[in-house]
Amino acid sequence: MSDGYPTKTVIGLEVHVQLKTQTKLFCGCSTEFGAEPNTQVCPVCLGLPGALPVMNEAAIDLSVKAGLAIDCSIPPMTKWDRKQYFYPDLPKGYQISQFDLPICADGFIEIDDPASPGQIRKLGIIRAHLEEDAGKSMHDEAAGKGDTKIDLNRCGTPLLEIVSQPDMRSSDEAKAYLNELKLRMTHLGISDCEMQEGSLRVDANVNLHIDVDGKNVATPIVEVKNMNSFRAVERAIQYEIDRQYDIWEETGKTIKDEAKTTRGWDDESGKTFLQREKEESADYRYFPDPDLLPIRLPRDRVESIRASLGEMPAQIRQRLQGQYGIKPYDADVIVNQGVAMITYFETAATKSDDGKRTSSFIQQDVMRLMNERSISIEDYPVAAESLGDLLGRVAKGELDNGRARDVLAHMIDKGVSVDDAIKDLGIESVDNNEIEDLCRELLAANPAVVQDYKDGKKQAVGSLIGQAKKKNANANPQVVRQTLIQLIEQE
Amino acid sequence: MLDSVSEILRLQSAGEASAVEIASAALDRIETADGTINAFTHLNRELTLAAAADVDRRRSAGETLGPLAGVPVAVKDVLCTHDMPTTCSSKMLHNFHPPYDSGVVEKLRAADAVIVGKTNMDEFAMGASTENSAFGVTKNPWDTTRIPGGSSGGAAACVAASMVPISLGTDTGGSIRQPAAMCGVTGLKPTYGRVSRYGLIAFASSLDQVGPIGWSVQDIAPLMETIAGHDKRDSTSLNLDVGSYVDAIKGTDLTGIKIGMLRESMEAEGVDPTIKEAVKEAAKVFEKAGAELIDINLPHSEYWVPTYYVIAPSEASSNLSRYDGAHYGHRAADIETGAELGPLVTTYCRSRDEGFGAEVKRRIMLGTYALSEGYADDYYNKALKVRRLIKSDFDAAFSQVDLLLGPVTPTAAFPLGSKVDDPIQMYLCDLFTTGANLAGIPALSLPAGKDADGLPIAIQLQAPALEESRLLFAGSVFQLVTDHHTDRPNTERPDTTKGVQS
Repeated sequence: MSDGYPTKTVIGLEVHVQLKTQTKLFCGCSTEFGAEPNTQVCPVCLGLPGALPVMNEAAIDLSVKAGLAIDCSIPPMTKWDRKQYFYPDLPKGYQISQFDLPICADGFIEIDDPASPGQIRKLGIIRAHLEEDAGKSMHDEAAGKGDTKIDLNRCGTPLLEIVSQPDMRSSDEAKAYLNELKLRMTHLGISDCEMQEGSLRVDANVNLHIDVDGKNVATPIVEVKNMNSFRAVERAIQYEIDRQYDIWEETGKTIKDEAKTTRGWDDESGKTFLQREKEESADYRYFPDPDLLPIRLPRDRVESIRASLGEMPAQIRQRLQGQYGIKPYDADVIVNQGVAMITYFETAATKSDDGKRTSSFIQQDVMRLMNERSISIEDYPVAAESLGDLLGRVAKGELDNGRARDVLAHMIDKGVSVDDAIKDLGIESVDNNEIEDLCRELLAANPAVVQDYKDGKKQAVGSLIGQAKKKNANANPQVVRQTLIQLIEQE
Repeated sequence: MLDSVSEILRLQSAGEASAVEIASAALDRIETADGTINAFTHLNRELTLAAAADVDRRRSAGETLGPLAGVPVAVKDVLCTHDMPTTCSSKMLHNFHPPYDSGVVEKLRAADAVIVGKTNMDEFAMGASTENSAFGVTKNPWDTTRIPGGSSGGAAACVAASMVPISLGTDTGGSIRQPAAMCGVTGLKPTYGRVSRYGLIAFASSLDQVGPIGWSVQDIAPLMETIAGHDKRDSTSLNLDVGSYVDAIKGTDLTGIKIGMLRESMEAEGVDPTIKEAVKEAAKVFEKAGAELIDINLPHSEYWVPTYYVIAPSEASSNLSRYDGAHYGHRAADIETGAELGPLVTTYCRSRDEGFGAEVKRRIMLGTYALSEGYADDYYNKALKVRRLIKSDFDAAFSQVDLLLGPVTPTAAFPLGSKVDDPIQMYLCDLFTTGANLAGIPALSLPAGKDADGLPIAIQLQAPALEESRLLFAGSVFQLVTDHHTDRPNTERPDTTKGVQS
């Protein structure tokens, strides 16, 4: 494809975010994930004849919060509509959704341009509307039986469907958009955004605009579904970009020749596969749900939610840079980890009074262990205060980074305090006279190094630092280096 | 007399009859008469007697009892009951046992009423004759060759045949008032939102409302007082205080009340002259009681029926989607795996084809069409606009008058089978009733005499939203002066002494 015509990729994402309410959108049933099938149901979410929906106000507040977090406008009035289709996991034969007056409209998300870091890309959001989730169909196709089991626990769970403009130009941008969206939703407690549990679902609409000698040719739009991680979204989009170009080269088919098709993503083979040949222009026969009243959203309600938003991730990134002297990249890494990590960092950095060192320890040592053990920062074995305490001692020169790593490892292994770990490892601060003696001894034994240094090979002293550490493990390499140089230059 | 609520209450408090004796008398009467009338889809003697015995036990224990203690009540089979099936007179729901009580049934039980059974209706409340029932037609107690009206035909007929003193019906386009008129009894369609729809199996959600049927305003006032009020499980239920309807109907003087005479109704074609005459007679009665009469027109009344027959089927097509054979209700058997549309869609199609009757299918198709892309603007959305105009007509009228007077039906009860093949003629039965549903206002049907064949005819009073008290008061005054509501069909009379201590 890289040898072919210049191509612009056009990507729009539809993201379903499950709102973190205690109860469902129109009844009092629990939204807890993982219960026995069909145990979190009642006449309302089962769609029993005669049962009626009653709106969950908490879902409205969370939706407004979500909308404000992605710079949407919130209309003074919104309403519920019925979207009608037959499916076994949709017990009423219609889904209560929002058609022409969504609760949030016309927003955007800014990302750091993956193609040119430091540049901002503004990605539009068309709308976000609230709707109830359907149940879950579990197809048991073993032995050609074709049985389907229905679990209605999820039925009626509040979902916010966030529809982007087709503004993304690469899979990297799509991923950055999703990361930022997830960050804001989790940061504000709007959603858990766990793709594995289905609390965040992504459909990607992808096509290519190919520049054929100055003429723009668009390939048919494909909607990709069934992706269960951001990585999968990225791979699926990349796969589609290549596939669509190849197919276009082969058949010449453009958007005018073929209606939108739906393809599934197979993570194992790394390929998309055809699900629905032609998107039948489904007629959902939307109409206002007569069982529910329109929702009025007075300005003061919206403004009080806006006031409760607090600091948004972008602001936190700025603040961390200023307050702790860390680089934009480092602030980004920490903030992207979510609220718990931000709190962990701030606590540790305040205690250590060394933001840079704290940031680098967190990104290297702490996050490495989190990855190895697949744990979140909440489950990391060393408390933020203790890490800060340890790094504060490094900052004061009581021990070096290397020894600090040993101490941290010991604290994790034995579950002991900083003091006990230092004691267990026999670490004590070495006074400068002792270091000086050690350095004199080493210089005397290594005249070649001294000569090399004098000849301009300043890095030659490095070999002596290693020897110093062997003779006294507590010797601070920085101090050793300085002392060695000082002694040579005094000669 | 076992057909008066106040008498039944008096007999018990005076110790002259027990709730069990009253319930037994009702059940015996139903056993005797219902073979012909077919007002009930479900009866449960044991449950009924147990509920009555409970009232007696608590009375003798000196407990405070509810306002309808020991009063037998029949409930239209569209209202969910946890201890009886709820079928909507449809094959689709023939075996549906709701796990819960509807809001109004809860209130009946809380008022210590004794629910004797479920009454027959047009399938899913769609019809004006109770001929669209999967469980056979209900017959008019005044003339068993005729229809009782519909869709609450069973609820009106069981009162008219003196099986129970009061019953609950539902009214979407006239389904309480029209059968009440044709059966010579009194029926009230309350303000939309005044009575909970929770557990009322929906036909058209923006129009459906539960209401009382009985011989007289005196009898339905305490029932209305029982069922009215807010229910947080119904979002369209109004959270407003309900006054006492029993207190509201005390008095005889209508001085200061302005009554609008509906010009369009009186000039409408195809209306039985005796009905027009009865309306005029009633107007004189009201005038005599002190009311002032004013001519009123509702300019868009010719659009009531067409508007109704777009909105109601549209909502119905959606509300009835859930009956797909997958969850409950009728499910087609033996779907072959090689079916052309696949097993799932074939199950849907065949279950719905087998489970629904012709009228229900007709309305689902009408509504589906009216909501379809490309047609919704011409039908459903246009109907919503006209509905607003209709409502404005009523608002304008009620800025001049307190009540509106007119007919309920164009004719008295017609012979069974005479309109079943002509849906348009059947729909025109709703000529005068759908306006109140579209505007959400309360309306009352009052017996007003007999036509040339000796069949009951009726007048209709309509009031602004939430003015049930005014409506019932005027109706009560009318019934103090007239005796149309005391006429009984010339069928075998109930033995009022049976089961009653002498």
